[in-house]
Amino acid sequence: MERETAMKSASFVSHADLPGLLVRLAEKAELWVPAPEDTAPHRVTFKPFQAGMAIDVQRLPVSSAKKLLFPQGEELLRFRTDKSASDAAMETVLSEKTTEARPTILFGCRPCDARGFVVFDRAFLQGPSVDPYYKARRDINLVVSMVCPGPDAACFCGAVGSHPADTQGSDVQMIPVSGGFVLHALTDKGQELMENLASAPSQAQEQEARQVWESVRRSVENVASLKDSARHFPKRFADTAFWRFHTERCLSCGVCTFLCPTCYCFTITDETDGVQGQRLRSWDACMFHHFTQEASGHNPRPTKAERFRNRVGHKFSYFLEKHGQFACCGCGRCLRHCPVSMDIRAIVQAMGETEEVHD
Amino acid sequence: MTRTWLKDQPYRPHMAVIRDIIEETPAIRTFRLTWKDPAVSATFSFQPGQVGQISVFGVGESTFVINSPPTRREYLQFSIMRTGEVTRALHQLNVGDTVGVRAPLGNSFPYATMKGRDILFIGGGIGMAPLRTLLLTMIDNRADFGEIMVIYGARTPEDLCYRYEFDAWRAAGVNLVLTVDREVPGWTERVGFVPTILAEEAPNPYNRVAITCGPPIMIKFVLAGLKELGYEDEQIYTTLERRMKCGIGLCGRCNIGGTYVCVDGPVFSGKALRAMPPEL
Repeated sequence: MERETAMKSASFVSHADLPGLLVRLAEKAELWVPAPEDTAPHRVTFKPFQAGMAIDVQRLPVSSAKKLLFPQGEELLRFRTDKSASDAAMETVLSEKTTEARPTILFGCRPCDARGFVVFDRAFLQGPSVDPYYKARRDINLVVSMVCPGPDAACFCGAVGSHPADTQGSDVQMIPVSGGFVLHALTDKGQELMENLASAPSQAQEQEARQVWESVRRSVENVASLKDSARHFPKRFADTAFWRFHTERCLSCGVCTFLCPTCYCFTITDETDGVQGQRLRSWDACMFHHFTQEASGHNPRPTKAERFRNRVGHKFSYFLEKHGQFACCGCGRCLRHCPVSMDIRAIVQAMGETEEVHD
Repeated sequence: MTRTWLKDQPYRPHMAVIRDIIEETPAIRTFRLTWKDPAVSATFSFQPGQVGQISVFGVGESTFVINSPPTRREYLQFSIMRTGEVTRALHQLNVGDTVGVRAPLGNSFPYATMKGRDILFIGGGIGMAPLRTLLLTMIDNRADFGEIMVIYGARTPEDLCYRYEFDAWRAAGVNLVLTVDREVPGWTERVGFVPTILAEEAPNPYNRVAITCGPPIMIKFVLAGLKELGYEDEQIYTTLERRMKCGIGLCGRCNIGGTYVCVDGPVFSGKALRAMPPEL
């Protein structure tokens, strides 16, 4: 179990006061909340808040919240090519991206989504280079998570060193108690946000919150960690038959990576309109064949077996070695939404299950 | 300094002007660039082996080794084989045109540890480019090194790069062994594949460093040949290539296991190579 963030201050908001709190939060920053889709109310997604809208903190949103800090497509720079004034040559001039990052608050996500940003932080902020676009957004972003209202069969946060009450990556954590929520500010930013927004909890409410937190945390105590199986990855690497067997039904559609709160593979492409254009960064996926395809024709990960192996390796071996944690928060979206029910958790388990290595 | 620029704005290229284009082979052109901004020229520095990402705006970016040595600062040189979209676009550019360059990226040859030793370069085709930067750095500091032997091969004499420099290399005391795959009328140097010539020359591994780059199949047999001659993994260096986008270890393309070729490479010792998972 990783270290919990100590609480800095606590407040209470009743169910009746929650809409008012959201309105006041929306005055401070662009507020994103989990809300049912108009046409399919059972499907919840993160949406920009509007006064009066219904929110749903009970269901896990279909896609993760990563797009707040890492948009699916974004402009890196603009360029314009013209005939140079001095000679006949063509001259390109670059211009900076002009849009400023807006402050955002992500409200009501689950601890797994909050923890996804911890993985992003390690990759995008802790070098070797700092990603300036991510940093600009992250610096003025706040995460108000809620302890998990209830995992489903695809959830496995308990297996990746987390739990449904995990505080990591959250600035404020909401804990449901009778009549409303107790809010624990976990960071200075979170404490500042909560100041004057809600009243202090009663002693009984705070006590109940602690009990709820503790029982939610302990709900995954008996879940077996993937740490032991993950250790077998290097030994399994060259076991082609193992990877072929376990990835046979993968469609290489990439939905697992697009919904994942910790997947951050991207591509950079240029788009032009006449003499000017933009350099864009967009989500990409290591599950795609062309991802590593080289111009010479060589592809170091030519089949889905190598590609899925890279996905498992990145999340459960390479990232762990570099940053001391899995690049997986156990939200289970990749299992839940896979059209052919691939189960990365089962594959990691299988790596360690038998000493027999296929040839 | 340049590092600060890349640290703060790792995706922003600096503009460079094409000053000269040399037709090396039918498919390879060498581009000599100078920075547009004099402030960048004044502070730019790099180590032999480091790479740059060249942008043709509207087409994209690709990674190439800087093959001029840091000891010669009048221009920055890249040799580019026409292979894909970006290289095709680069080959269509003329002297005076501008490109974007993000450099220096990646690691470099452990130049300091090579001082005082004999040197063996083994290159094939365009693989001579990453060797050239180190070779010229050594030539410019000739007294720091013992024997310098270069085995360089290509399919035909026309496929050898830097032909116009061979005399200068020899004049600087480089033992240059040239080879082509098949007999060609008028060719007076060696004939045979690079690994074969390596076995014939059999340079003594004692206090020597071997640096090799070329097509993967050549590297494979050269590594085996060096082992046969008694070279240890620690004495051997090579450079790896991968498709790259970001160049800063994020976008997820160029990793071999947990090693990112763009930041941890392109230079790897034989020892590091052996420790990598088999995903080359």
